[in-house]
Amino acid sequence: MRERYYPLLELTLCRAKEFLREPEAIFWVFAFPVLLAVALGFAFREKGPDKIPVGVVAAEDAAAANRAVATLARSPVLLPRLYEAAEGREALRTGRISLLVEMRTPAVFRFDETRPDSRIARLEADNALQQAAGRKDALPIQSEKVTEKGSRYIDFLVPGLLGMNLMGTGIWSLAFSVTNARNRKILKRLVATPMHRSHYLLSQILGRLGFLIPEMIVLVGGGWLIFGVAVRGSLLLLTATALLGAMTFCGLGLLIASRVSTIEGASGLANLVMMPMWLLSGVFFSSERFPDAVQPAINLLPLTALNQALRGVIIEARSLPEIAVQLAIVAAWGVTSFAVALKIFRWR
Amino acid sequence: MTTATTSSTAVRCRGLVKRYADVVAVNGLDLEVIRGECFGLLGPNGAGKTTTIEILEGLTEPDAGEVEILGTTWAHDGDTLRERLGISLQETQLTEKLTVAETIRLFRSFYRNGRDPDEVLVKLSLDEKRKARVGKLSGGQKQRLAVACALVGNPEILFLDEPTTGLDPQSRLELWQQITDFRAGGGTVLLTTHYMDEAERLCDRVAIVDHGRIIALGTPAELISTLHAANVIELAAEPDLDEASLRTLPGVAGPYRRGPYWALPVGTLAETMPHLLALIERSGARLVHLTTHRATLEDVFVAHTGRALREG
Repeated sequence: MRERYYPLLELTLCRAKEFLREPEAIFWVFAFPVLLAVALGFAFREKGPDKIPVGVVAAEDAAAANRAVATLARSPVLLPRLYEAAEGREALRTGRISLLVEMRTPAVFRFDETRPDSRIARLEADNALQQAAGRKDALPIQSEKVTEKGSRYIDFLVPGLLGMNLMGTGIWSLAFSVTNARNRKILKRLVATPMHRSHYLLSQILGRLGFLIPEMIVLVGGGWLIFGVAVRGSLLLLTATALLGAMTFCGLGLLIASRVSTIEGASGLANLVMMPMWLLSGVFFSSERFPDAVQPAINLLPLTALNQALRGVIIEARSLPEIAVQLAIVAAWGVTSFAVALKIFRWR
Repeated sequence: MTTATTSSTAVRCRGLVKRYADVVAVNGLDLEVIRGECFGLLGPNGAGKTTTIEILEGLTEPDAGEVEILGTTWAHDGDTLRERLGISLQETQLTEKLTVAETIRLFRSFYRNGRDPDEVLVKLSLDEKRKARVGKLSGGQKQRLAVACALVGNPEILFLDEPTTGLDPQSRLELWQQITDFRAGGGTVLLTTHYMDEAERLCDRVAIVDHGRIIALGTPAELISTLHAANVIELAAEPDLDEASLRTLPGVAGPYRRGPYWALPVGTLAETMPHLLALIERSGARLVHLTTHRATLEDVFVAHTGRALREG
């Protein structure tokens, strides 16, 4: 019996093998985002608020100063130290301490009112010293400390890194592979066969999507195992969102690669497209930190919308209708990029 | 050349013109390739051979002129034509990370009625390299794989652009054998080359191309016979000899310049040589260079252009 050949399948397999035989690509797609998550996760891991350094100067009574240091040291917020007078003022002036307490009658608090930590130190020191001097609180108060799961930095970071990875992998894999094929005249050679051009482009996208699931398992699974970042929403919706995002960025990658013939040209364009989104689209910090005036524009960027959708599903357990607007923005970018790329694509 | 296309015509073009920014690469070129023949475009680098063959392959759009392949045109029947042609581009690059077997299988998958990939690999002595990455192949092996990719679609016409450029002698001989075998099976070959020995050895007919035009056309034997000489004497003397006195020598058919040398196409060396030496003696000149060889296509090219093929 004659063997049957399926060009789309062959093209896709070849694309996938080509990718797997590129160790650098494996590193950037799988290892890099996890390393980044681990590094940032540890750098910004939750720890008690830093203690505020304060100085105490024995102006008249050395014993009173020593008692004050002991009192202040019991505060969970303050880190007191005894200073000579001149030395203490120098430390305050250069910002090494936030407050200088001079133990005389009356006691003097020296601090810069524009520094928030100084104001906190002043209130805390005042409170501690007053209580030690015998003040009774008129109104009993009980503090409850709250650390909400899903509100940590790593919870914010993991979906952002997933979004960033979907963008990077989609754009790089398409832009590099297609530009390389054009640069080395492989495209021209393929076009000289009866190959359907759509098969080639489709195989580039399918080849990339084949790595989507492993990529998600590594990142989402890694986030869960290492940092306990749980997916609170539907895994199916998360996968669908990631798939849509991956396809959109394949489209952008194709658009970038549609005409350039050198790798340098393609990487320049890819960086031009991705750099603003790394900064603006809320990967490492919330995009809401940018001024209100630019928020509508930022929200229309594909990575912003994708990150919002991913965070919605992972952190807030949102449902499809609740992230529909973001998904529509992502899809619109994908469809437009594909359409334009196909229109202007250069085969040789 | 007749205007009527018969079913025996494989490739035909008329009045091809292709201009790039500041050069005219192809300048009104006509040619006709008969089915079953091996036709060679011979010329120096930059003569317009590659542009011509790529126009014929439907990869480059000409600025003017008509192209007819197997009785049809690219505009009319491009998709079916692709099934019937095998193409090897100049310095074909294939994906380096794929193996030989994967590459040939990929190309096979594009054709409806191609050949068995394994059989083609065996035929081109690439069987042992099946599992080798393309990037690890030698130049000769890469070129054989390029030809294998052209053959795996079971084409009627094989287009080869500089198939043996840069290959070692052994690889060239092997590739020549493949081309000869393909023709023996009824296939048509159109190739470009700047090696006159390749054209003489492989081609039934040769078109000599220079500055985007065909300057001579015929079988290698016909072309060489236009020199009216079986041998060529090349010489240089000090002081230089003049053309008029060289013309008077018996048996010399039109002396011409080849770089610093005079080239004298002659019937037989025995007839001309004594007279030549006597002429030098008489004129009191000193002979500084003297060689002889059998007339080749190279001499035909030089006779037409005054330049050697390799000089470009």
